[in-house]
Amino acid sequence: MKKYLGSCAVAAIMMATSGVAAARDQIQIAGSSTVLPYASIVAEAFGENFEHPTPVVESGGSGAGRKKLCEGVGENTIDIANSSSRISQSDIDTCKANGVAEIQEVRIGYDGIVFASDINGAEYAFTPADWHAALAAKVVKDGKLVENPNKNWSDIRSDLPEQPILAFIPGTKHGTREVFDEKVIVAGCEENGTFEALAAENAGDKKAAAKACMQLRTDGVSVDIDGDYTETLSRIDANKNAIGVFGLSFYQNNTDKLRVATMGGVEPTVETIAAGEYPVSRPLYFYVKNAHLDVIPGLQEYVEFFVSDEIAGPNGPLAEYGLVSDPELAKTQEAVKNRTPMGSLN
Amino acid sequence: MTDMTAATPAKSPSASEARTRRRNASERRFRLMGLIAVAIGVLALVGLLVSIFANGASTFRQTYITLDIYLDPARLDKSGARDIEEISKVSTFGYAPLIEDSLAAAMAERGLTGIDADDAADLISGEEPAMLRRYVLNDPSQIGETVEFNLLASGRIDGYYKGRVTMASAELDRNVSPEQLMLADELKEAGILTTRFNWDFFTNPDASDTRPEAAGLGVAILGSLYMMLIVLVLSLPIGVAASIYLEEFAPRNRLTDLIEVNIANLAAVPSIVFGILGLAVFINFVGLPQSAPVVGGLVLTLMTLPTIIIATRAALKAVPPSIRDAALGVGASKMQAIFHHVVPLAMPGILTGTIIGLAQALGETAPLLLIGMVAFVREYPAGPPEGFFDPASALPVQVYNWTQRGDPAFFERASGAIIVLLVFLLFMNLIAIILRRRFERRW
Repeated sequence: MKKYLGSCAVAAIMMATSGVAAARDQIQIAGSSTVLPYASIVAEAFGENFEHPTPVVESGGSGAGRKKLCEGVGENTIDIANSSSRISQSDIDTCKANGVAEIQEVRIGYDGIVFASDINGAEYAFTPADWHAALAAKVVKDGKLVENPNKNWSDIRSDLPEQPILAFIPGTKHGTREVFDEKVIVAGCEENGTFEALAAENAGDKKAAAKACMQLRTDGVSVDIDGDYTETLSRIDANKNAIGVFGLSFYQNNTDKLRVATMGGVEPTVETIAAGEYPVSRPLYFYVKNAHLDVIPGLQEYVEFFVSDEIAGPNGPLAEYGLVSDPELAKTQEAVKNRTPMGSLN
Repeated sequence: MTDMTAATPAKSPSASEARTRRRNASERRFRLMGLIAVAIGVLALVGLLVSIFANGASTFRQTYITLDIYLDPARLDKSGARDIEEISKVSTFGYAPLIEDSLAAAMAERGLTGIDADDAADLISGEEPAMLRRYVLNDPSQIGETVEFNLLASGRIDGYYKGRVTMASAELDRNVSPEQLMLADELKEAGILTTRFNWDFFTNPDASDTRPEAAGLGVAILGSLYMMLIVLVLSLPIGVAASIYLEEFAPRNRLTDLIEVNIANLAAVPSIVFGILGLAVFINFVGLPQSAPVVGGLVLTLMTLPTIIIATRAALKAVPPSIRDAALGVGASKMQAIFHHVVPLAMPGILTGTIIGLAQALGETAPLLLIGMVAFVREYPAGPPEGFFDPASALPVQVYNWTQRGDPAFFERASGAIIVLLVFLLFMNLIAIILRRRFERRW
């Protein structure tokens, strides 16, 4: 097989020499599939209104995108990584080690995470404590820590509908799961007192208690969905009692099929999330390789265009699609203009 | 003894009859099982096709709104100098009001009221201001004229005429209201709104999540075509040369045995492995660009080679040795015997193997994931050979991308794309059959 590999490599090099002379004039973006719809909306508008070609936007996940960004500097590396979670110090270190010294962090807005069920089903009004009581492996019952006995939502709180508990939650490879764990499960764990019981069991170790909070039951009541929201939607279609976890924009595109649940008495909308009333949301980011700013034509323009008021503002196309506009957008615009690189975390 | 001989003739006809009956019965059973097996296969295929066509057939029709648009100089060229620099400063946001105004005018002319201009303008795709801007920048002399345009209706309106959206669902849908659907019906009666064959689906590039109605397969078809060209040009000669050498010239020893085992193994390796190899070798080591059909083509070539080699070797083996012997016997050299006699006879098998390999490569997404081709690409790649290095998408990638999107209109598009992919495959198989027939007739 070596021989064929060799001949292919020769062919590749021959082709490469004829093409590499022309510099890349297209912006290359990769990363989070949550940010992808927003990035493609901006890329499309950018291609329509500027002399530069439409950027290429890849999905593949936040982590993969950041890893690609940190691969090095040069035309065959990407310019921007979209990310639905903040970059980690280890990513920054990898970047530095590979010669990517300056990266800009751009926060584009907030993404709401909503809980929705079939449009013809019951109405739900949840609190994070309900979700913890429904899905956790261990809950407090009559003052004791026991294996989760709850079967119906009404077992948890009598004013919840008498429906069997069945939840489709994002699988562990999704960034959404992290937010779900932190803002719903752990928050609910603290709310309903399980956290204290778990902390006591772990001799006061809060980290261990939080970890124990996130242990979900494995008796088929909580189902991890490793695919995307379309899969969750079709699962709900087949299982009318189930409740699924969605992004706000996905829900807004399917309001004729899904009924959204309130969380802590607040209905998720762009407004309630922007006001900080709805508890389950997270910031979305993209990271720009500063070394490419003057090399790849249009990169600076794209970054500025993305955070401009007419795109990312509260009346722009992104907000219309379900992105919660960042109240501090003006600050971001300023930073982008000055190409302010991010420092190290902590 | 005597009564045994007397008994045997009396018993034997009935015994052999019973045996025959049993054999016949078992044959009937086997036939029935075979028939059931075929029926299950056909049923599965029919089920698949029906579901795809039921979801996707409507993709090939699209709803359009025909409007006369006044290209207002006060909005598009304030200075009046027709300076292209000045005109290009007006963004697509500046073109949207032109469409809104002309729709309002068309409605007023026909006495359609009861809906405000903003909501009415939502009937028209967000793609159209961009189309208008391109039109004006192409030919600035049109400013000040009134031009007739066929504008795409928005995804929900289009869905209304395809049964995806109903009055009841519009009631609950935050992206469309029953009033807008009623207006659409009135426009249809007035002949402004029409549904026609959707050529744009084959030529338009992908569109963002807010414009399912404008999304098309143009870039994906080009990307797939380029990749198949590369795969064909590289894998056919390499694969055929390798198999001829291995089958006809190579000595049989440990080394060739090892190669043989490896080739058989490679044919079964998961395709994503070739993607990893492509990323490491072609992008990181050789420095080829990301998302380019050339890298995709090279990766798929590696993937297709074992299939072609195995099929070609089987075809060469199937040629009767007497042909070879006869050729050698009349004084042909080994190479002459092979190229004049063996290879032409093996050609139908080689072609079938190649086409099967190509078809497999055409439907492959996993290896493309790692080399950046699973992406949102809107720019058409240039003509070959430069175009091989431009970013492009591919048909199966487009299906994969569209099924992930939030708007249900993309699900229809994905099914439509599957139909196009199936037609491509059908076309390729047809070519294989035609070529096979031709070569077979010669012998």
